[in-house]
Amino acid sequence: MSQSAQQQNQHRAARGSKGSLWRTMLRHKMLYVLMLPGILFYVVFKYIPMYGVLIAFQDYSVARGVWGSQWIGLQQFVTFFYKTPDAWKLIRNTFLLNIYDLLFHFPAPILLALLLNELRNVLFKRFVQTVSYMPYFLSTVVIVGMAVNFLSLNSGIVNHLLDWLGLDRIMFLSQPEWFRTIYIGTEVWQKLGWGTILYLAAIAGIDPTLYEAARIDGANRFQQVRHITLVGMIPVIVILFILNLGNMMEIGYQKIILLYNPMIYETADVINTFVYRRGVLGADFSFATAVGLFQSAIGLVLVIAANRIARKVSDTSLW
Amino acid sequence: MKVSLSSRVFDTVNVLLMLALTAVTLYPIVYVAVASISNPGLVASGEVNLVPRGLTWIAYERVLELPQLWTSYWNTIRYTAVQTGLTLLITAMMAYPLAKHWLPGRRLILLLAAFTLLFNGGLIPTFLVVQQLGMINTIWAIVLPTLVNTWYLFVMRTFFEALPADLEDAATIDGCGSLGVLLRIVLPLSMPVMMTVGLFTAVQQWNSFFDALIFLNERAMYPLQILLRGIVIKDAASDTYVADSGTFLVTIKYAVIMVATLPILCVYPFIQKYFVQGSMIGGIKG
Repeated sequence: MSQSAQQQNQHRAARGSKGSLWRTMLRHKMLYVLMLPGILFYVVFKYIPMYGVLIAFQDYSVARGVWGSQWIGLQQFVTFFYKTPDAWKLIRNTFLLNIYDLLFHFPAPILLALLLNELRNVLFKRFVQTVSYMPYFLSTVVIVGMAVNFLSLNSGIVNHLLDWLGLDRIMFLSQPEWFRTIYIGTEVWQKLGWGTILYLAAIAGIDPTLYEAARIDGANRFQQVRHITLVGMIPVIVILFILNLGNMMEIGYQKIILLYNPMIYETADVINTFVYRRGVLGADFSFATAVGLFQSAIGLVLVIAANRIARKVSDTSLW
Repeated sequence: MKVSLSSRVFDTVNVLLMLALTAVTLYPIVYVAVASISNPGLVASGEVNLVPRGLTWIAYERVLELPQLWTSYWNTIRYTAVQTGLTLLITAMMAYPLAKHWLPGRRLILLLAAFTLLFNGGLIPTFLVVQQLGMINTIWAIVLPTLVNTWYLFVMRTFFEALPADLEDAATIDGCGSLGVLLRIVLPLSMPVMMTVGLFTAVQQWNSFFDALIFLNERAMYPLQILLRGIVIKDAASDTYVADSGTFLVTIKYAVIMVATLPILCVYPFIQKYFVQGSMIGGIKG
């Protein structure tokens, strides 16, 4: 009998008594020792910060720590919702940016995967894939740097093009109405190709006899795409949609910090960039934590709700 | 097989669409490369589009002269190497016991790890922990807070679970301890997953700027991406990095993007398959 099978049996036998469970653990203490650094990481950098969220309900002072600081209940939240003139703007910007992201950025890789799958020449398909994955490996700083310089009023190629077409030059980076387009546009440019990988994997997993059967039944190519390929992708689409909703509130603030300036806060400032300015730059820790907690709470509710709905209407869900 | 007209029209349109997509994807990258070796005046006035004009290496000469560039480059290499090594080691050490179905406490640890995907303390509490540990302005502020990625942990665990148990058993009977089994038997069999996780971690660290932005405030510690931000995005700051650059500034920006990105673009064709594999293992539910 192999040893792991032996161990399994021992474990099964051990269920009855606490003593032998303890013995199993003791016998494999090296395995726990191996996990120790990783567990320590989770405690220090994941769970202690969760405990640190308590300062959202305090008037936190670094000198006094979480134990000694004064508790003030929900006052930080009240300050945010009632006494921060920008609160509504931040919430609106966060939601709008993410809704645009879901509308334009989320479906794009699905469409591209379908089109790639219809390419008949395998070499050409591989070439398009290789090229389209590339921008994913560029850093956010490089992407924003390219955008900023291409859109520059006097030396950027975009404005040179507008000039050449006889149109007026546009100050893209200091006009609030352009921010969302630039943000979503660069996002799609960078992540469109990479986003197709999971969908292409799902398509590759579709049983080829389904297509044969459909052809025999007289389904044309477009009907096959709609009723077989697209249907085969639905589980992956659902999972990615839920994950997207979960990260929805977080997404993109690091890029926004690089891209925005006070002139376009009207559309560009989101909850997390505000948290960064007030917390990290302004050292207003309790207030910034409270605002951040409000956002995490919405994210959590969204992902739970999306998961529940997904479980009801389809067979797929995250848990 | 008879191919209908509409089907053929679609094929043609599809190929044209894909060609357009390729062009749109490549053009910005090609333009950066072309502009970086062109005459700065011609670039600024929009006379450079697809082929270099007034070929000159002046921008690269200026960039390579910057003492700050080499400090930053070295810092980025340092941070990337240390992070990748530690991440692989610590993640494997944690994933290996978690792959043993019979291990008491395994479920609890997995649940606690998975929960961090749904909820976390957020920016400020994490920032305060790093600050109170005295890690500000050290390499540890960059490496430790992102040491274990829960997705990679699950990917590795899934991979280890699929390894045949017989080899491990043989090694154990021969007197190998758990660490020995992991290092001598499991890891050599797990090169694909280690390669994937290692490459993902390395690229992520090479490209990251935000942790450096909030945890480092000494120039000597800055990684490449922070320098890049200073030169390419913050116009005002570029003067402090590139003194009296004048008209060169526009091409210096493109040159410094090339210098910072070249390593990734060079290895990209070779490592692409690992990334694609990894992205797919990661997609399967952990």
